[in-house]
Formats: sequence, structure tokens, C-alpha cells
Amino acid sequence: MLVEDSKKFSEFLRKKALCVRKETLNIHRMASETRIASSLSCVEIFVTMYYGKILNFDSSNISWVGRDRFIISKGHGAISLYPILADLGYFDKSELSRVCKEGSFLGGIPDSIVPGFETINGSLGHGLGVACGISLALRNKNRDEKVFVLLGDGELYEGSVWEAIMFAGEHKLDNLVVVLDYNKVCMLDYCKNILDMEPLEEKFKAFKWDVKIVDGHDVEQLYKFLLTMKEEKNNKPKLLIANTVKGKGVPRLETDSLSHVISLASNEIDEIIAGLQ
Amino acid sequence: MKLEKKTMRDVFIERIYERMKKDENIFFLCADFGSPKLDLIREEFKDRFINVGIAEQNLINIATGLALEGYTVYAYAIAPFLTMRAYEQIRVNLSLHAQLKEININLIGVGAGLSYDVSGPTHHCIEDISIMRTLPNIEVFSPSDWVLAQKFVDYSIKVKKPKYIRFDGKPLVQIHERIDDLELERGFKEIRNGKNVCLVSTGYMTHKALKVAEMLAEENITVGVIDIFLIKPFKEDIFFESIKQYRNLITLEEGFINKGGLDSLISGILENKKSKIILKRMGFGDSYTFEIGSRDYLHKLNNLDEDTIIENIKQILKGDI
Repeated sequence: MLVEDSKKFSEFLRKKALCVRKETLNIHRMASETRIASSLSCVEIFVTMYYGKILNFDSSNISWVGRDRFIISKGHGAISLYPILADLGYFDKSELSRVCKEGSFLGGIPDSIVPGFETINGSLGHGLGVACGISLALRNKNRDEKVFVLLGDGELYEGSVWEAIMFAGEHKLDNLVVVLDYNKVCMLDYCKNILDMEPLEEKFKAFKWDVKIVDGHDVEQLYKFLLTMKEEKNNKPKLLIANTVKGKGVPRLETDSLSHVISLASNEIDEIIAGLQ
Repeated sequence: MKLEKKTMRDVFIERIYERMKKDENIFFLCADFGSPKLDLIREEFKDRFINVGIAEQNLINIATGLALEGYTVYAYAIAPFLTMRAYEQIRVNLSLHAQLKEININLIGVGAGLSYDVSGPTHHCIEDISIMRTLPNIEVFSPSDWVLAQKFVDYSIKVKKPKYIRFDGKPLVQIHERIDDLELERGFKEIRNGKNVCLVSTGYMTHKALKVAEMLAEENITVGVIDIFLIKPFKEDIFFESIKQYRNLITLEEGFINKGGLDSLISGILENKKSKIILKRMGFGDSYTFEIGSRDYLHKLNNLDEDTIIENIKQILKGDI
């Protein structure tokens, strides 16, 4: 890509991210049960994956065999994916006004009943193991599609995740790319105050993973790393540690260790959206 | 009929091995648990056999990923650990998933009931029927012999749903001479016809029921024996037709009673049918058994031995109960 085109592309992704952040806040305005802080930390990751075309997908054929699989393991933080999927035609945009309403298929936590979601989400610690199975299946069929996983950092407390981490490294699942939304905040406190996860990079490397670290809100860097990791064949599963901020874009969420359980009032959302750039 | 003793798992796995030769769509996973026949699969299908390690949660999750991509998957482990360590994985990834997508995952648990008698209560598997039959979208198969186990292989490939298959851990003699497709899907078989009292059992307890029936026959007392092997789905109407001639039923299970197991299945049917048949439940009370001993010894400790069963039957016949 030419430098000028590259700049335009990054600007396009940034604008998309701004738009998705606003729409996510608007969904939260109508559905206060949604986890807004968790959903805001992964906006740029979702935007880069979809609008950056890291993923091969066909919204008119959700079971298309040639699609890359994207497993959203931190399901509670995926409300920000709803406006993207609606925009790309997975379902009608009018559905966005029905999140958490009676009869809607868009809940506070998305399952595979939502077009575009591959698995059952909500219970943490399942996504990576299931992704390993998918990855094995694709490898066994000599398919080129990749398996991406969005993992929450709090999930790393689940033992089942480490069973899968060990498995993926040992089985050299190099069609597997995990993006860790490393916002460093759990439900009740900062992760470091619960059980410190560091040094994460070294831990994954010890389990035979290829690890890269990126600013999870910098779409340009996210795009660069994700594209490289998608294409790289080095007999290792890949982890992209995306350093993110929980509640990104909402100052009072960004600095509160209890942001996970905070809901925003409608008038507050107006002010936040007006201030977003 | 010559009664051959075999383990259900070896017969089952040998047949899977034969199917894997022709069908590249089969994956076999285990949680570091073997069998002599499994060595055939381990040797010959290195790309479709995986030992995930002692990691039952991951076993279920890996199986799910493979099944979502269209593979028929067998996940093989020790029954209490397969069902209880990984129960939430089974609930989320098998039970919930199967309501939205077609997935063919077959959980093969070895060590049903008190198969692992001297290994103590961690290895006794007396909760699995009740906890697994409570999950929607999962079938539960509890065979009493290797003939049924062998027959279930083709069914497990044909019926593309999650299934829990509970095998006894010990070599046991065959009970059924042969089982055809219809009989398998019917889910139960009346092995002996009797008067007044019918023993309704599953798994190992069907062997005990037959022994009791033979002992009583020597005293000219004839009791019926029904072997239930497909616990879910269960053909309630057909079953009720088979038992409505009896005045009394006794359920026999190596499981807790009054907690959703075989007894609860049968009592639910009697209630639905507004039946006046009297049900006696025999199984384990509300406690575990730490004392070490053989299966027969443990049965005696828990009032599940032949003598106690016979005593119960005689009391029923006397009209004392």
C-alpha cells in the first residue's frame, strides 16, 4: 500500500472506530444492562478486524466455508460488535434499537443465535479451547482459513484457558491468532490487585507461543500486526497482547477500578458523545 | 448361548477403529485414558487421534471445535471426571450449541457406577445419569453389555447430536444375544417376563437383576426384568405398555435415588400415566462410601445386594410394603 493510501486507510479506520464507539454508547443508553466499559476497550480491535479486512467474511452467507473464524470469547464485552455486524449486513440496523428488549436476538451477551457469532459466549474460558478444535479441524482439512479469538484478560484466571494455551503450543496451531484485550481490569478490581498476571509475554512464550505487543487503540499498528500474524507460518500459535483501556473514551470509566459494573445515564452519554473525537 | 465376557469399551473402540478406516470424518480424543483396543487407533490414525492430557475441560472444548467444523468426534475419559469436571463445558458447548447447530460429539465415559470399586468415592460414578439427563439436547446411553455397546457405534455416527455413553469398567458377560436397530432406538428390552413384580435396571444392575430373577425362579417366583439402555430420549408410551401388567416395579441403579436418576425417570412416567403401579427405588442413599471393598461388598453396605433385593421382593409379594 502506498504511504498516502496507507494514511487514508488508517484515517478511515479511525473514523469507523469513532462511529462504532458512539453507536455502542447509544446501544448502552437503551440497554443499561450491557457492559459498556468492557465493550469500549475492544472497539479498535473489532474495527480493524472487520473494516480493515483482516477477516475474510461474507455477511450474506454466514456459514461460508471460506470465512475466517472469529471467536469472541469475552462475550460480555462484545456489544461494540453489534453496530459493525449491522453495518456490514449481518442483520438489519433496526435491530440495534432492540438490544436486550423482549423478543430480540441481541442480548447483553451475544451467542451464535446472532448472525456473525460462531459460538456460545458468556461463560468465560471456553473460547480458546473451542478455537483450538476449529484450528485443528481446518488444518486437518488443509484449509487456509484462520481462526481468530478475542480473549479477555480476566479469562486468564480460568484454568481451562491454560489447558488450551498448552494444547495450542504443543500442537503448533499456527493458523490460530489470539488477540488479548488487555485492559487490566476485572469486575471488582485491577487484575494486578487480584492475581497479578505478569509477566504475560514470557508465560505465553514458555508455552511455545509467538507473542507480539501492540497499543490496542492504534488502528494502524493493530492492522500491521494482525496482518503479519495472520500470514506468518512459523509453527506457533500467535498472541497479540493489545494494551487497551477499559471504558476507553469515557474518562470516568477509564479511571475507575469498578468500571465493569458501571452503567451510564442518558444525559451523561450525550456529553460523552459530544466530546468524542 | 455362550456367554462371553468383554469390556464394553474395547468392543466399542474396535468397531470405531473399523469405521475410522473407511470414514475420514471421525476424530478420537482422549484425556490420557486408554484401552488395549485404543492402541490400534493411536497407531494407525495419528492425525485423527489426540490425547489432550488429563484435561477434561479442554477435551470437551477441542471436541466442540472439531464438531463445529463437521467432524464426528469421540471424547473418551473416566466417567466421573468426564461428566463432572467438565460439566459446564458440556452444558455450554454441547447442550446449548446443539440447539442451534448440528454437532456430533460422543462422550464416552468409562467407569459407570461402582466399576472402580476399590478406588474410592472420587472414582465412583453415581451422579452421572441424573446430571446428564437434565441437560437438553444430549442423549444418554447406559448399556448393560458389550453387545449393546457394539451396536451403538453405528447409531452414534448416524445420529448427529451430542451423546453421553456410560460404559462399565469391568469385563461383563453378554446379556443380549443380538440387538437390532429398532430395539436399540426403542431404548429398553424386557429380558424376562414376570408376574406382579418387575425389576427395572440399567447398566451393571441388569446383571444383578437377572441373577436375582434366576434365584427367585428356583423358588418358583417369577419376576420381570427390563433393561433400560437409552435413558434419553425415552419412549415413554411404549415403555408403559410393557410395564402396565405389573403391580409393582423396583428400580435398580448404581446411582443416588430420589435425585433425578433412573428412579426419577420411571416415577415420572408412572405419574404422567396416572398409574397405580407401586414403585420401590433401590440405589444409593444420600451419602458416599469411603469404606474399601469389592463391588459386591459395597453393594451390601448400601443395601443393594441380591439378598436385600430378594427380601424386598418377597415383602412386596406378601403385601407387606
